Amino acid sequence: MFRRFIKNKTAVGTVALVLIIAILGILAPVIAPNDPYKTDIINKFASFSWQYPFGTDNLGRCILSRMLYGIRPTLGLAVLTMLGTIGLGALMGLLAGYFRGIIEEVIMRVVDVMLSFPSQVMVFAVVALLGINVQNVILANVFIKWAWYARMIRTGVMQYRERNFIQFSRCVGTPERFILIRHLIPSIAADLAVLSSLDVGWAIINISTLSFLGLGVQAPTPEWGAMLNEAKNVLTSNPTQMIIPGIAIVILVSAFNLMGDALRDVLDPKEVAE
Amino acid sequence: MKPVLKVEDLSVILNSKKSGKVLVENSDFEVYPGECLGILGESGSGKSMTVKSFLGLLDKQFTAKGSAWFEGKNLMQEGKESLRSIRGKEISMVLQNPMTCFDPLYRIGNQMSETFATHTKWSSKEIRENSMDILKRMHIRNPEEVLEKYPHQLSGGMLQRIMIGLAVSLKPKLLIADEPTTAIDSITQHEILNAFLEIKEQHNTAMIFISHDLGAISKVADKIIVMNKGQIVDRGDFHHILHHAKDSYTRLLIEKRNAVLNRYQKVLGGAV
Amino acid sequence: MKQYVIKRILTAIPLIIVISFVCFVFINLIPSNPAEVALRVRQVPIITEEAIAEVEAELGLDKPYFIRYITWLFDCLHGDFGISYVNPSRTVAGELARCLPATLQLAGASLVMVILLSIPIGFLCAVYKDGIFDKVMRGLVFITTAMPPYWVGLLLMWLVAIKLDLLPTSGNGSWQHLILPAFTVSLSYISTYIRLIRNNMLENMKQDYVLYANVRGLPQKQILIKHILKNSMHTCIVAIGMSIPQLISGTIVVENVFAWPGLGTLCISSIFNRDYPVIQTYVLLIGVLFVVFNLLFDILQTISDPRMRKEGM
Repeated sequence: MFRRFIKNKTAVGTVALVLIIAILGILAPVIAPNDPYKTDIINKFASFSWQYPFGTDNLGRCILSRMLYGIRPTLGLAVLTMLGTIGLGALMGLLAGYFRGIIEEVIMRVVDVMLSFPSQVMVFAVVALLGINVQNVILANVFIKWAWYARMIRTGVMQYRERNFIQFSRCVGTPERFILIRHLIPSIAADLAVLSSLDVGWAIINISTLSFLGLGVQAPTPEWGAMLNEAKNVLTSNPTQMIIPGIAIVILVSAFNLMGDALRDVLDPKEVAE
Repeated sequence: MKPVLKVEDLSVILNSKKSGKVLVENSDFEVYPGECLGILGESGSGKSMTVKSFLGLLDKQFTAKGSAWFEGKNLMQEGKESLRSIRGKEISMVLQNPMTCFDPLYRIGNQMSETFATHTKWSSKEIRENSMDILKRMHIRNPEEVLEKYPHQLSGGMLQRIMIGLAVSLKPKLLIADEPTTAIDSITQHEILNAFLEIKEQHNTAMIFISHDLGAISKVADKIIVMNKGQIVDRGDFHHILHHAKDSYTRLLIEKRNAVLNRYQKVLGGAV
Repeated sequence: MKQYVIKRILTAIPLIIVISFVCFVFINLIPSNPAEVALRVRQVPIITEEAIAEVEAELGLDKPYFIRYITWLFDCLHGDFGISYVNPSRTVAGELARCLPATLQLAGASLVMVILLSIPIGFLCAVYKDGIFDKVMRGLVFITTAMPPYWVGLLLMWLVAIKLDLLPTSGNGSWQHLILPAFTVSLSYISTYIRLIRNNMLENMKQDYVLYANVRGLPQKQILIKHILKNSMHTCIVAIGMSIPQLISGTIVVENVFAWPGLGTLCISSIFNRDYPVIQTYVLLIGVLFVVFNLLFDILQTISDPRMRKEGM
């Protein structure tokens, strides 16, 4: 599998790109040319210069520095959201798929109801209910997405349960928990990797949308969606303000979308045989 | 006598990035009026590919070379539109899977009449009469009801007979049957083969009968060519193929058939 | 057939009840006392116990839980969704009724754009597979799926309205106002359905019935439109229909960008003002629409597909 991964240029490229962006975010304090919060009113809306490589915003803050610091909330929150979603979904899906009976019935009914709710509206409802706050944005996104994972993982568990090797381990008498961890999780991991990398892109858009509307990351904090919200106010006078954060989002989301497609090729041997 | 179809030096190549893979190599054969040519070979041997190539039914990824003379025209050189007007009228074809060959969203009557509307100037009344006539000739009961049915409501054998009826209805010069008996059960197979025999006797149509089933071919074909891996490996009448086959593959096919036949006779003999 | 329709409708009812219950519980999960919130929002200077009790009685908050659910449900069925916390002189139903037409207008225009653009483009992409048009479109589809809708809105506003001065930037009033927001809402759906139709048509092209239509010498146009397109449309129209409620809820963001005075703008301002009854009713409305449209198009699909239609029913 690793060799197939190395051969697939898109997979390697996108993973590398995402890693580079993540490292830039982590190293932001070291590499950012300026303090992202420091205002410089005289130099507001400055264009590209050595001091401000990407120019400055409406308060004269360095856009490049804000972009670099912005990686942390933008990418970090999305990854956190996906970890939460997968964690909750996996737990529910494994419980339902493995133990069957009433537990499964209850979980799957809840999943059905969750899936029949319009997700976008639910995010707003949850944020409204819990209050405007970053944690609540993550909770809201986890809340509306976990059901998909629960269903997928349950289906996966059911399929692999029927496969011989699990029945064999059963006969041999390995304890149930061991079977679960040893066989099921690696088998489902492939599907999970593909779906979750596609969904990180979705989460980035979703979280930045909330920040854009003022329901997520709040104003002075550098986050790409929040930066676009500020850019919106000066759209008429300084339209260039919205270009850089927007393009950054598109690149990051595209990287995750491409990564998902590439991983599918890497992990699904049928496609590769062609 | 002039042949209806004369195929010379026909090759089909699959274009791929690195190199072309030859699927059919330098095929040549001819079919005379009232004669049935059987093409025998296992799946993937290039039988259907040969036929599809001169009818313009291959995808873009294939290239075909050679010539196929029909009515003084070289089909390989003809334009798309001209080939289209030949298909279904002068050369018609019966396909393998009757259950999936009709569009599930339209009634049988509609799909029959669109064929007539394409090739004739008949009024809707004439189209309906002709459709009824086909169904009757193919021994289908309640033809009026059948015209109103959707494909999924009819059996494979019925759909196959409708397909055959439709294929001969416009009096084609050449009828091609591509594995017409493969997807249906053996009792229906027998009926279908009889339908082909009837056509041969009544219409004096030239026929190409493609199959991997030696038994089926032996019933209808006057002349047989055997294809293996894209090449014609043996040719002659059934008797010739049975006793003087040169190619090892052909002999294998015959041996298998004989083994089945012997076993069958033994079982029958044992029962007596 | 009838039986199937009745069965489908019956399965939808419990779902609607669950949705209504969730919406009802929602408002009761708020950490702060709704009566207190209402008082604060009305800017009552000193909040006393009596004042809270008074508002609780006014809003019916003093009765037991289940009774409140039943009364609330019945009120909802009568079109009474309560009173806005922010502006007690206005009913929630009145607020929604005021904003609904603008949103429906926007969603309707978006739906028309989705159908008018995605079907022909998807069709052409499939017909000229791997041609220049197909490649360009595939690139565009890929990029648009990675673009957040609000950014698309901003870009269009800047490019079309400000730079080229072709259309008004925001607000509503004329059909010109409608174009940019509707296009923004529909863009992500357009790319989804271009892909769906393209792939579905390519799938259909491999089917035996297409080969047989070719064998019969039918004209290419007829095969493409009468047979392949119709078979693909079947799946796609159902998918598009089922996504109508999503389209309506998708207007929230875009309405905010273009200052479109619809449900989305109302919803966001209600979130900022903690006007819970409005949010509750909005969620209920969208939830019910979801179930209803799913039901509707599921039944429609069954009726229009001869394979699913059973005889004599």
